[in-house]
Amino acid sequence: MANYKYHILLCGGTGCTASESPKIKENFIQLLAEKNLTDDVQVVTTGCFGFCEKGPIVKILPDNTFYTQVKPEDCREIIDEHIIKGRKVQRLLYENPEDNKHISDSKHMGFYKKQMRIALRNCGFIDPENIDEYIARDGYKALASVLEQNDPKATIDLIKKSGLRGRGGAGFPTGLKWELCAKNAADQKYIICNADEGDPGAFMDRSILEGDPHSIIEAMAIGGFCIGATIGLVYIRAEYPLAIHRLQIAINQAREYGLLGKNIFGTDFDFDIILRYGAGAFVCGEETALIHSMEGLRGEPTFKPPFPAVEGYLKKPSNVNNVETYANIPVIINKGWEWFSSIGTEKSKGTKVFALAGQINNVGLIEVPMGITLREVIYEIGGGIKGGKKFKAVQTGGPSGGCLTEKFLDTPIDYDNLVAAGSMMGSGGMIVMDETSCMVSVAKFYLDFTVEESCGKCRQQASVRNP
Amino acid sequence: MDNKKIIIKMKPEVREKVIEICNNFDNNPGELINVLHQTQDFLGYLPAEVQELIAERLHMPTAKVYGVVSFYAFFTMTPKGKYPVSVCMGTACYVRGGEKILDAFKKELGVEVGQTDANGLFSLTSLRCVGACGLAPVALVDGKVFGRLAPAMIKDIVKEYREKE
Repeated sequence: MANYKYHILLCGGTGCTASESPKIKENFIQLLAEKNLTDDVQVVTTGCFGFCEKGPIVKILPDNTFYTQVKPEDCREIIDEHIIKGRKVQRLLYENPEDNKHISDSKHMGFYKKQMRIALRNCGFIDPENIDEYIARDGYKALASVLEQNDPKATIDLIKKSGLRGRGGAGFPTGLKWELCAKNAADQKYIICNADEGDPGAFMDRSILEGDPHSIIEAMAIGGFCIGATIGLVYIRAEYPLAIHRLQIAINQAREYGLLGKNIFGTDFDFDIILRYGAGAFVCGEETALIHSMEGLRGEPTFKPPFPAVEGYLKKPSNVNNVETYANIPVIINKGWEWFSSIGTEKSKGTKVFALAGQINNVGLIEVPMGITLREVIYEIGGGIKGGKKFKAVQTGGPSGGCLTEKFLDTPIDYDNLVAAGSMMGSGGMIVMDETSCMVSVAKFYLDFTVEESCGKCRQQASVRNP
Repeated sequence: MDNKKIIIKMKPEVREKVIEICNNFDNNPGELINVLHQTQDFLGYLPAEVQELIAERLHMPTAKVYGVVSFYAFFTMTPKGKYPVSVCMGTACYVRGGEKILDAFKKELGVEVGQTDANGLFSLTSLRCVGACGLAPVALVDGKVFGRLAPAMIKDIVKEYREKE
């Protein structure tokens, strides 16, 4: 293995890819070849760094320099100055809006200071297309220890004690969900990953799949072992081609390494994962609708009971969790439930990933401990309202959530507080609106959305659609 | 409707390819959505006669196939333009003026959402969140993302593609 002096990490998320990060990579590789530095400097495409507002992001290791809004024509200066002469390119560093000073290490930036990355731990650190990099950061260690311990009930108990709740929005306790499915005996069970991220303005699941796909594979294998499923299915939006591509690569690599397939880690546990594609229907985020869609039918929800834990995919007991929920599982097993449950509020443990967007200075993907206030998120991490305008509302919980005004800014964010305030957690979209936003037209926008995406089952929605 | 007549209308290579796709999925009705995805990938849209052929191959009523095609926004029964234009109407783009971008495209292309222009060059759709909210408002033209758009920029973007012809 080559001993590199520098690593150039380049964001390969959808946002940065759209602003020419592939061209930037190409330029770096070409310039390094030109200067005979190919053996000294490695160029790595990683997942999303989160700070989308300032993309494309280029990070240089080992000195942790964080370059923002890099253009393909900036590559030469970075190589000549930073890599060859060891001088940082000042004009590409982040400028602190408070004192206009340049900050080169991301951990000192307001955007990152209050963040705590558990689900996003590997996004922006590793090459998602290389299983060895995931393994080097304790990847598949949790699966190994669960299989070695060989006590599904103990693992379920651990997840229960951690207090992890479903990150898709409803907040159902994950351990309890697994336990309910584990109890039902059947010749075949399924563990399902809901990657049909349908809330407009929410892109955390996509970023996790693009930036750290192996964490989902590992967690699904652990879940499969716990509930007694040998087949996992990922229901993923067809509109996410890059995430599909990276997940497929990861699945193939895991099969090659024997981490999927027969007799995993020399035990008698067999497990494999299949992909199923969504086709653009918001309602398919609901688990019964999702299951019908996976069966090739219209994605219409049906009444529960029967719950999927009893009668799910192909009428077999099935367990459905969201991408972000799964991303937490390996870390909880590695670090223990006590560690996880020490983070967050009394009833909402751990962290939550939010997609911060709208009229805010720092648009991006953030992960914060539960219990942080909206004010901290919007003003400290988000850098306040764009153009110095006045805050009007923040929309959380997607189209079925709500808009929270100034009086809720100091509310600690967790599942129960958001519901009490009249909104909900949802999958984690957080869209900030300033004084120029018309709340009536925002309401109309959401109503149009829910009418169009309605499954037509409830009377009110059916009558809005066909008055 | 007379099935045979419609099938004759379909080009033989299209018919062959659709049959091949169905065979690849063992003509299993449970794989309908995958079959439709692959067929649309290849053909660009899912016309009625293709749906009838798929129904026949998967041994299911045409109404079921149509029910699925019409349920999901991703499937379309009208051919897209050579350069499909999709304007993001996710919330983040909406609050940053996505609607004005959509209006500008409508005006520039002379079509409504869901339509294709007369020479088959451009089709216009709106979509829900590409997840590039940092670049809002965003539109996709022929798969390429254009970000930080303003209505005044639309004319030049369309011109760029028109000049390719």
